[in-house]
Amino acid sequence: MLSKKQLFTRGMLDISPHMLSVIPFGIICGAIGVELGFHPYLVYAMSFIIFGGASQIVFLQLLSGGASSLVAVASVGIINSRHLLYGAVLSEYLEKLSFIKKLLISYVVVDQGFAESNKFFKKNRSEEFLHYHLIGTGCTMWVCWQIATLSGIVLGSFVPEELGLKFAIPLTFIAIVVQDLKKLDHVIVMITCGLSSLLFFEAPFKSYIIISPVIALFVAALLLRLKK
Amino acid sequence: MTLTTIIFAGILTYFTRMTMIALISRDMLGDKIKAVLEYVPSAVFPAIIFPGIFINDFGTFIEMNDPKIFGALVAVIVGYFSKNIIATISAGLVSYWFLIFVVFS
Repeated sequence: MLSKKQLFTRGMLDISPHMLSVIPFGIICGAIGVELGFHPYLVYAMSFIIFGGASQIVFLQLLSGGASSLVAVASVGIINSRHLLYGAVLSEYLEKLSFIKKLLISYVVVDQGFAESNKFFKKNRSEEFLHYHLIGTGCTMWVCWQIATLSGIVLGSFVPEELGLKFAIPLTFIAIVVQDLKKLDHVIVMITCGLSSLLFFEAPFKSYIIISPVIALFVAALLLRLKK
Repeated sequence: MTLTTIIFAGILTYFTRMTMIALISRDMLGDKIKAVLEYVPSAVFPAIIFPGIFINDFGTFIEMNDPKIFGALVAVIVGYFSKNIIATISAGLVSYWFLIFVVFS
């Protein structure tokens, strides 16, 4: 049985490699906000209040492009709606927590943290304080995101644009799913999602980000039926 | 942009994170749904990966000889065999840089 501290540390260690892509992306996010002409305090407030990488950039771009606040808020909500799926998966492991703890832990659920903690949870179901792993991944991500966006806001885009570091984001997610390429059913689900995301890329409010997972999960349900 | 707009976006985002964890009890989801939820990572992350590779900053499709496709393939191969996140990201970036700075420059 691992202690709370051990689980927290394990979570920190499991997510830390992803900082290789998260930190440059955070710097870019912060710098873009200031470049688009928004007040530095407001740009930073987003990292604290919204705390959601890509959705922050979209939010700024929409507002600077003259979109209404309603459209900007709706887009953020739709882009981040994928967290509903993460929550549904994680709820199994967080069931025993008190309502207050559930409310607090929810704030730090992010893509990479969900991915790494979910992998850990599947292998270590019997651990009593499992949620400390999720707190470890989430807090590491939170601290790095705040520092990275702040440095982008203060120092500007000191990461040279020619390096194309935004490309590190798809790479980080490739690292997350690549081992599932061993399983044919997962490959089919991934390709369905990927192709749908390209097909629906033009759909309003960036809704491809939730439309394609829904289609892919529908295909997953069909596959499960065929397997029986 | 006012702070109010950000706060609304933040509250909405927080609700997407909190709803399924705090408001839905696991028993409300049947076994079939639980089995489908096993696929969530495979069903969600390609929606970030594919547009990140195949669609450029202007929202249009890239050419088939774009360095990103090569970089992504290298990342997949290195990631598959190394099982190492840093190796996967670095391999993808380095091979991408090799093409844009050495081969295509």
